[in-house]
Amino acid sequence: MKKNWKYILAWLLIMIAGFCLIDALIAVGVIDNFIENMLVTIGINIILATGLNLIIGFSGQFSLGHAGFMAIGAYATAIITQRMDSNLGFLISLIVGMILSIIVALIVGFATLRLRGDYLAIATLGAAEIIRNVINNLKITGGSSGMFNIPQYCTWATVYVLVCLTTIVLLNFVRSRSGRAIKAVREDDIAAEAMGINTTKWKLAAFVLGAATAAIAGGLHASYLQTIAPSDFGIMESISILVIVVLGGVGSMTGTFLAAIVLGILDTVLQNFGALRMVIYAAALILIMIFKPSGLLGNRELSLKKLGQHFTRKQRS
Amino acid sequence: MQTVLQQVINALSLGAVYALLALGYTMVYGIIKLINFAHGDIYMLGAFWAYYVINFWHLNFIGALLSSMVIGALSGVVIEYFAYRPLRNSPRIAVLITAIGVSFLLENGMSYLFGANPRSFPQVIKQFNFNIGGVLISNIQILILATALILMVLLQIIIQKTKMGRAMRAVSVDPEAAELVGVDVNHTISFTFALGSALAGAAGVLIGMYYNSIDPLMGMTPGIKAFVAAVLGGIGSIPGASVGGFLIGILETFFQSIGLSAYKDAVVYLVLIIILLFLPSGIFGKNTREKV
Repeated sequence: MKKNWKYILAWLLIMIAGFCLIDALIAVGVIDNFIENMLVTIGINIILATGLNLIIGFSGQFSLGHAGFMAIGAYATAIITQRMDSNLGFLISLIVGMILSIIVALIVGFATLRLRGDYLAIATLGAAEIIRNVINNLKITGGSSGMFNIPQYCTWATVYVLVCLTTIVLLNFVRSRSGRAIKAVREDDIAAEAMGINTTKWKLAAFVLGAATAAIAGGLHASYLQTIAPSDFGIMESISILVIVVLGGVGSMTGTFLAAIVLGILDTVLQNFGALRMVIYAAALILIMIFKPSGLLGNRELSLKKLGQHFTRKQRS
Repeated sequence: MQTVLQQVINALSLGAVYALLALGYTMVYGIIKLINFAHGDIYMLGAFWAYYVINFWHLNFIGALLSSMVIGALSGVVIEYFAYRPLRNSPRIAVLITAIGVSFLLENGMSYLFGANPRSFPQVIKQFNFNIGGVLISNIQILILATALILMVLLQIIIQKTKMGRAMRAVSVDPEAAELVGVDVNHTISFTFALGSALAGAAGVLIGMYYNSIDPLMGMTPGIKAFVAAVLGGIGSIPGASVGGFLIGILETFFQSIGLSAYKDAVVYLVLIIILLFLPSGIFGKNTREKV
């Protein structure tokens, strides 16, 4: 902690500076509604994708059901803020969404995390579809037509703060003792078990933490867009989150940030192409897998520390 | 009793289509350990091709079925060659993501080219019902069952009796050893994709006739259900896939008939999770243990 205080301070300053920069640009009018919308989408995608990266990249559990947990968070926010129309209600709804999604993740995880690889992917996909199917048939969620007129408490500032918070939590988790345990499970779970690591516990911990962040993102999504429907949280959504993780590099949090920003901008640019957008998306996914299966950054991270060391070394020589 | 029999008939014809799809999944998984997500979309391609040839070339049922099978086989081979073959030695997750990408590409490509709206499948055979003791059986249902059974028997003959079938079985047991004794592995994998995808193409035509409606996204849900069927029967096992397909058809029809049709998809996925947990090798699968 003491050793790294410089970098911690630097990151804090960068976060605050980023906030002030966006705020100033909005005040000046450089960032209009359109770009602000894009920034919020990018932010929500970052929260979703870093959470999924924890599950896929760090604990090695291939989950295809992220949109299911996002749906839980979104519906919790929609239902609660419609009845408790205040900032406090929004906060409570985010927390309720997280708790609900943690409970569901525990159930799903207990059942499916014994499977591996492809089977786990299909099982989590099935679990997410079950969640969606249930939402589709409940009265309180408005059935297949979804919910409208959700009060908008989520602004770009809320998203920004939550992106910072979830990233700090996730990064600290990954770099802690538990994070090393999770990586050990990813590399070889039989060997990890032989070393006395409770593999089920750590797999479940990563899965649950990922699900909780997905619920937050879902709540923000519902509150910002003000309308949601079960069809928003289908297989497609899970896969587009997966694309961000894979493009950035499985196992690289900064890679995920980079990919979310690149794809967010690309998405806005391709908006005019309509259906062709998804074709390009799919083609990009295949080409990345064939030519650079490790993604933009692989499992490396961009870090201030290395950057700093890089410069100081240059000065010395 | 009559309603039960009626439901059994419906379940069997739906199950036959799932079984045809599941066969393709099980063969591909058996040979290169890949869940071919694009399989459901080959089924969609088959249905669209039949729609096209019946409407514009005025082909009859047999012609449409055979040409759809050829188109299915071709697209399967092309997909394998361009998307899966370069990744033969990559981690399995990379291949799985590529398969998802191919599936997306086919779905969105088709909706981009032809529009995402459902269209009605041409009535190439006039539908009429036989009434056997109060149970209605349509000629289409008989046709679906008969076609599916004939194709399954043909497949079994190809796999058990021909040289190519023997090569397929050899590669699925141990690709390296098969190569050592002179089997062309790439060729065999292509052939497997062709066979499986031809069956998917045929299933597409049959479902088009059964539901009278096709759209570019029709492949996704049946595709995953067929995979569930393959897992249920024991992935890698040919008879298992057929039985699994029929079981899924029966299950779905049962939940529909007791008034829970809104939850029929959820039930199929729930069955999948339960099967994976308690019987991971399926009904006909071999139990393998992981080596430490």
